[in-house]
Amino acid sequence: MKITFERRATLSRPVLFAAPLIALGLAMLTSLILFAALGKPAGQALYSLLLEPFVGWYNISEVLLKMGPLMLIAQGLAIGFRANVFNIGAEGQLIIGALFASALPVYFPEGASPLMLPAMIALGALGGATWAAIAAGLRVRFNANEILVTLMLTLIATQVLNYLLLGPWKDPNGFNFPQSVIFPDAALLPILLSGTRVNISVLAALLISALAYVMMRYRFSGYQLLVGGLAPRSARYAGFTEARAVWVSLLLGGLMAGLAGACEVAGPLGQLQRSVSTGYGYSAIIVAYLGGLNPLGIVVSAFLMAALFIGGDNAMVSADLPVAAVFVFQGLLLVFYLGSLTFIRHRVILNWAGRA
Amino acid sequence: MAPLLQLSGVSKRYGGVQANAGIDLSVDAGSIHAILGENGAGKSTLMKLIYGVERPDEGQVLWQGQAVTLSSPSDARRLGIGMVFQHFSLFETLSVVQNMALIVPGSKGELAARIRDLGAAFGLSVDPQAMVHALSVGERQRVEIIRCLLLNPALLILDEPTSVLPPQSVALLFDTLRALRAKGMAILFISHKLEEIRELCDTATILRQGRVTARLDPRQGTAHDLATLMIGRPMPPPVHPTPHGLGEERLALSNLTFANDDPFGVSLTDVSLSVRGGEILGIAGISGNGQQELAALISGEIALKSGGKAVMLMGQPVGDLGAAARRQRGLAFVPEDRLGRGAVPDMSLADNALLTAHSRGLVKNGFINRKLERAFTADCIARFDVRTSGPQAEAGSLSGGNLQKFIMGREMMLEPSVLLVAQPTWGVDIGAAADIRQRLVAMRNAGAAIVVISEEIDELFEICDRLQVLHKGRLSPSVEVAATSVAKIGTYMIGAVA
Repeated sequence: MKITFERRATLSRPVLFAAPLIALGLAMLTSLILFAALGKPAGQALYSLLLEPFVGWYNISEVLLKMGPLMLIAQGLAIGFRANVFNIGAEGQLIIGALFASALPVYFPEGASPLMLPAMIALGALGGATWAAIAAGLRVRFNANEILVTLMLTLIATQVLNYLLLGPWKDPNGFNFPQSVIFPDAALLPILLSGTRVNISVLAALLISALAYVMMRYRFSGYQLLVGGLAPRSARYAGFTEARAVWVSLLLGGLMAGLAGACEVAGPLGQLQRSVSTGYGYSAIIVAYLGGLNPLGIVVSAFLMAALFIGGDNAMVSADLPVAAVFVFQGLLLVFYLGSLTFIRHRVILNWAGRA
Repeated sequence: MAPLLQLSGVSKRYGGVQANAGIDLSVDAGSIHAILGENGAGKSTLMKLIYGVERPDEGQVLWQGQAVTLSSPSDARRLGIGMVFQHFSLFETLSVVQNMALIVPGSKGELAARIRDLGAAFGLSVDPQAMVHALSVGERQRVEIIRCLLLNPALLILDEPTSVLPPQSVALLFDTLRALRAKGMAILFISHKLEEIRELCDTATILRQGRVTARLDPRQGTAHDLATLMIGRPMPPPVHPTPHGLGEERLALSNLTFANDDPFGVSLTDVSLSVRGGEILGIAGISGNGQQELAALISGEIALKSGGKAVMLMGQPVGDLGAAARRQRGLAFVPEDRLGRGAVPDMSLADNALLTAHSRGLVKNGFINRKLERAFTADCIARFDVRTSGPQAEAGSLSGGNLQKFIMGREMMLEPSVLLVAQPTWGVDIGAAADIRQRLVAMRNAGAAIVVISEEIDELFEICDRLQVLHKGRLSPSVEVAATSVAKIGTYMIGAVA
């Protein structure tokens, strides 16, 4: 038998939508075998990983809560990735965004102005964008690789966070825990679904996803970024400058990560803590690629990834899975998904006779 | 005696395209056999089958009377088949001699010496230590030819080998090929230059739409007859422009000197030129003498750090401005690389129209007007006879010639005051090439200023009013086409005149 791959003239739509489902099926099958080999209750593990996040209002609301920041950050990153600008430091931009936003309630713990919250959000976005701007400036001026610079800036951001929480911003009545004062109500996002922790930031994330879609699909500025990513020499030929692409990509990525940071401290945390940095900035990279770098795809992949986070937590408790097994499952999902992408571009021809 | 190579009933399909259908071909030792056909007629596919790059779906290949299965180029090379591709098969990140060492046995020192010897013998000079990525299109082809000759093949396949050589070197190459023929080598010679085929070849096989339409002796009959057989209809007549009233100066370079940072690039020294509305200035010369740099300096892809006055566009200094600003002032440009520069391969033709036509009202308030974009693209496809499934086809799916027509059409539809065209007909079939030349002349007659950078000296003589020759980063003085000759320009091209 001879197997050949033939390039399709146009992308296959059915496969485009089937690919994530196929990947999910294959990842489930493989991990069933793996979990069984580990001597863990495979059925229970899969149930916890995949189904439990959708069972019960509480679980669903926690998925929505995690989905917001993932989606927000991934949208910003995906724009840059499509322009070949690789911002790997969204985690640091998120931290700085959270810091900027926290400055107001930290210095005005009794504040009750209705302007407090909008100002925090704006400061958060500004903080994230500023942090990313350092990388953009270094890249444009000195051609310093943005992958390395954003990554190293994340390490610095973490240390700045530690310094503030252990020093000047530590809550004087906080029993020496590394955390800020509890924010006043005026500094907290309104709850969207009563009885849960889901706040209106998830709506903001959806709105920004729609804006990202419009930008990449209908705006000339989005088109210029796409050209720069697909064919840098074509961009130079047309006169779309690389410096502009770097600035736009990094500022948008930083802005959205900073926004996510502000929404975390003004949302579920309600104060500045070290746990503001839980790896959303890194997970969002996977979310961006799983969503095909497409704003609509990212909405779906952010939801799936959030569910996997919740499911992973559940599985560790209920099926006694090691945390590594959860990562393995996520990795399998990504690998199978990337593999199935081949079939979007290519069709498989099976030739049983061996020759025509 | 059995022919050296015989093909019977060979067919090959790619997806929905029948590239070769029932081809019979017989090549004798000690002969030069021409394969003629338009772009897309199936010449390259046929050569790939003979060279083992692709395997035929049907049919038989006989080598010295024995049936053979060629499943890779190394099989073909073992039999004694060498090939110089039209699209080069060199590793860009390796040096010339490293590329050779991949298939030719021997130490790098020996190889470098042999490369220099062959280069000297055939006028194919190339630095064995140079990195391939820094070589021009022309230099890369020289490397390919030398690489084949190093293996002493029994059958040598040459795909458009002369398109990058100056006239003097073509004559030298032909001497070489004749010498090789005299030694009993068989040569398959693909060219669209019909006069060359008549001068050099013993036999010609003509392909059209994947089938053999004629077998003949090219020395019988005229080039015009061959062309008619090849494109299946009478040839469009050549379009020598008649003298014409000139407008104001549109583009001028004055004493432009550009020091290239790239160690393998070419620096330009003291380059001056001036083009007025209603004329075509040709820049002759072999690729790698500063053509890429000159084009990028005019287009704005390379902007000068200071001294904007060295480049004047429409009477304004633009040397320190980028490509977008120069386009706004009325410049359009067709680059020599189509995929990845003139067009984005993974984008649709409609999106590729937007690349430079965005100024034509296709973008309003920052939003892309998809309807106008499609209309512009459909118009371009229709007016420039681009063979494609429609505006949504990906640029990368078009043949080289069709994509060139599209890019040329897009830039012409911008109605530029100054049009810069690099290698307008490189890899384009003769029907389409004649069409492109006619359109350039029509634009000139409508008052545009046009600069054509080309290696095709006949083409330059056909359409240009004046010529300058670029050699080692210096530009010769301008000469009127009517007052010069191919031989004179050829001496400039090899630097025989200071």
